[in-house]
Amino acid sequence: MRTSGQTMNGSEIFFECLRREKVEYIFGYPGGALLKVYETLYDVKDIKHILVRHEQGATHMAEGYARATGKPGVVLVTSGPGATNTVTGISNAYMDSSPIVVFTGQVPSNLIGNDAFQEADIVGITRPITKHNFLVKDVKDLAITIRKAFYLATQGRPGPVLVDLPKDVLNAECVFSWPETVDIRGFKPTVRGHDNQIKKAANIIAKAKQPLLYVGGGVIASEASEALRKLAVDQEIPVTMTLQGLGAFPGNHPLSMGMLGMHGTFWANQAVNNCDLLITVGARFDDRVTGKIDTFATHAYKIHNDIDPTNIDKNVKVDLPVVGDSLHFLESVLKELPKSRENRKPWLEQIAKWQEQCPLTYANDEKTLKTEFVIDEVSRKTGGNAVVVTDVGQHQMWTAQYYKFNNPRSIITSGGLGTMGYGLPATIGAAFGIHDRPVILFCGDGGFMMNIQELVTAAYYKLPVKIFLINNNFLGMVRQWQELFHQEKYSFTDLQNSNPDFLRVTEAFGLKALSASNPSEAKHAIEEALAYNEGPVFVEFRVIKKDMVFPMVPAGASISEMLFDRLNPKTMV
Amino acid sequence: MKHIISVLVENKFGTLNRVASMFSARGFNLESISIGETEDNEISRMTIVTRGDDRIISQILKQLNRLVDTLKVVDVTHKPHVSRELLLMTLKLGKQSQQELFELINVFKAKVVDIKQKSITIEVVGSPDKINTTIDMFRPLGIREIARSGTVAMTRGES
Repeated sequence: MRTSGQTMNGSEIFFECLRREKVEYIFGYPGGALLKVYETLYDVKDIKHILVRHEQGATHMAEGYARATGKPGVVLVTSGPGATNTVTGISNAYMDSSPIVVFTGQVPSNLIGNDAFQEADIVGITRPITKHNFLVKDVKDLAITIRKAFYLATQGRPGPVLVDLPKDVLNAECVFSWPETVDIRGFKPTVRGHDNQIKKAANIIAKAKQPLLYVGGGVIASEASEALRKLAVDQEIPVTMTLQGLGAFPGNHPLSMGMLGMHGTFWANQAVNNCDLLITVGARFDDRVTGKIDTFATHAYKIHNDIDPTNIDKNVKVDLPVVGDSLHFLESVLKELPKSRENRKPWLEQIAKWQEQCPLTYANDEKTLKTEFVIDEVSRKTGGNAVVVTDVGQHQMWTAQYYKFNNPRSIITSGGLGTMGYGLPATIGAAFGIHDRPVILFCGDGGFMMNIQELVTAAYYKLPVKIFLINNNFLGMVRQWQELFHQEKYSFTDLQNSNPDFLRVTEAFGLKALSASNPSEAKHAIEEALAYNEGPVFVEFRVIKKDMVFPMVPAGASISEMLFDRLNPKTMV
Repeated sequence: MKHIISVLVENKFGTLNRVASMFSARGFNLESISIGETEDNEISRMTIVTRGDDRIISQILKQLNRLVDTLKVVDVTHKPHVSRELLLMTLKLGKQSQQELFELINVFKAKVVDIKQKSITIEVVGSPDKINTTIDMFRPLGIREIARSGTVAMTRGES
C-alpha cells in the first residue's frame, strides 16, 4: 500500500482506493478507455482480477459475490458497449438491493458529447437503475468519489453505484489523499428505529393471539437472522419468508412455514390471511407476495420495519411503521418484550392443520425424473447447508419450495427483475467468496444459454461449482402459463429441436459432464458431483416436460385462492 | 389535489434530470418544476408543483428524499407560504381599444417591458391563480405569445 501525499496517476489512485476498501476481486473486461488501468493492473498482485467473457456476466458475478459474502462486488468495464452491457446486471442489483460498485471507462473528457468512438452516456442511462452514480471530471475528485461510491453501495438499503472514469482522468496525475471519513449531506439513512414505535410493537406482539412474521432480504442484509430466531422462538411466532428472505430463519425449524405468495406454501398464505398481527421485517409487499392487494391480510394489524422509508405504505397501508435497520429493530423489540404473552398453541395447531390439508408433494416414479425430486435430493444430501444459486423460472420456484435453506446468504436468485442468464455468472461470483460449503446452481435450459460463455470463467479458474441443469427442453414457466391461461398455445417455448447437446458443449468448455434421466441415475450423479472438487462439474437432469409448479396463485387472485393441480382450485374463506 | 413541494438540492449537473426522471419513471404527475441557485452557490432550490392523493404525495416526498442529491424536501401546501409565478405575455397592438388594454394593465399591476408599433410585452408577477386570471382577461385582446416561469415558493418566516 502506498501512502497519502504521493503523486500518482488516476489508474494508480484507482487501485490504491480499492485496496483501502479491502477489495479482493474485480470482475472485469479490458478495452480502449481502460488501457491505462490495465497497464497498472499488470503489476497489481494483491487484488485479483477475474477475466469474464461478457460484461453482463461480470455484474452478475459481482452480485453473486456480494450476496454470498455481504461484501460489495466490484466490476470494471470499458466505455460504450462495455458499459451498456452492464445495464441488466445493474438493474438486477438495484431491484434486489445488492451492493455492487461498477467502474466504467469513458472517452476522454474533451470528447464527451461528441458521439466519439465507443461513447455512451452511461451515467444518463443508469440513473434510474442505480442508487447513485458519478462522472469523475477531475483526477483530484477520484479518491473521494470512490470512497463515496462504496459508502453509498453498502450503507442503508444496499444497491448498485456506478462510477464513470474518462480516459484522461485515469492518465492525469495528482497528489493522492485518502479521505478517512465520508459525509454525504443528502444521504443519512435512519438506522435506529423510533424508540416509542419499537416499544409499542413489542407490546402488540406479546398480546397477539395469531401473530405471523413475514420476513425478507432486509433481515439477511442486516445480518439479523439470530435476532429473528430468538424473537420467533421466544414468542412462538411462525415465520414465512419471501424468496430473498429464505434462509433468514432455518427451513428445518418447526416454526418455519417456507415461502409465501404466488408459489408459496398453502399454509403460509392461509396464515397471512388469517393472522391478527403481521410483523413485516425487511420486506416490501411485492406483487408476487401479496396477490390481489385488497384481500391481503385484511384481518391483521400490520407492523412494518424497513430501512427504506419509500417501502412504507407503498403497496400496503400499515398500522405501525418502524423505519430503521432490521437488526436494530429485532434486537430492540426483544429487549422491550413484556414478561407475559398470549398462548399461541391454538394458532400453531390451526397452521399445522392447513399444512396437513395441503402439504408440498409431488408424485414420483422410477422411470421418469422430476425437478422436485432432484432439488429434494440435493437438499437432503447437503443438509440444507449449501449455497444455492438459481436462474429464473420453474426450477427457481421449486428450489424455493423444496430446498430447505438453513442459513442466511445461502439462496442467490434474481427476485425483483427475474433475469434469465443470472444463475451461472452469479454462481461463479459466489464461488470466489465461499470456500467452506458447496456452491450449487440450478438452472433451466433456457437461461443456461443466456450467459453460457461464462463456463470458460468457471473452467479457467477451476471453481468447484456444481452446475445442475434442469432440462425439460421447454421454457417451462411460460409453458405453464400457456397451458393454464392461453389455450395451450405453446408459442415459441418448445426448445426440443433447437437446444444443443449440453454434454458436448460443457465438455468442450472443459467441464466434467454427467447426465441423469431417472431418480436412481440422479442420486448417483448428485453424489458424484458433490464429491468432485477439482473444478466445475455439470449434470444434465433430463426431466419431464409437462410438470407444473403448484400450488399457484393465478395472477390477480387473492393468495387464499390457490391452484393445486390443473383442475383443482382450493379456496379458503 | 395540487401540492407545492420545495426541495433543496446539490447544485450539480444532472440533479434536475435525476428529479425529473424519478417522476416519469414512477408515473408521478409533474405540473411545473423550476430551479435556481440559493444564497449558497452549492445549493439550488427546486419548486415542484404536482397532483395526487395523500398516498401518492407521501410517496413523492419519500422518493425525493431518497435521491442522494436532495438535501431537504418540504411540502409547503398546508404550511403558511408565499408562492409566485412570473408571466411574460406579448399582445398584438392595433385593432383593440388602447384604453381597455391599459386599464387591464393597471388592474393587474402589470409592467410594460417592451413596446413596439405592432406589439406590447408585459410582465406580471403573482400567485399561479392570478396568472391564470390575467391570461383569461387579456385573451380577448389578442395574445401572441406567453412564457411562464413555473411556481417558486417559500415558507413564511416566523414572527
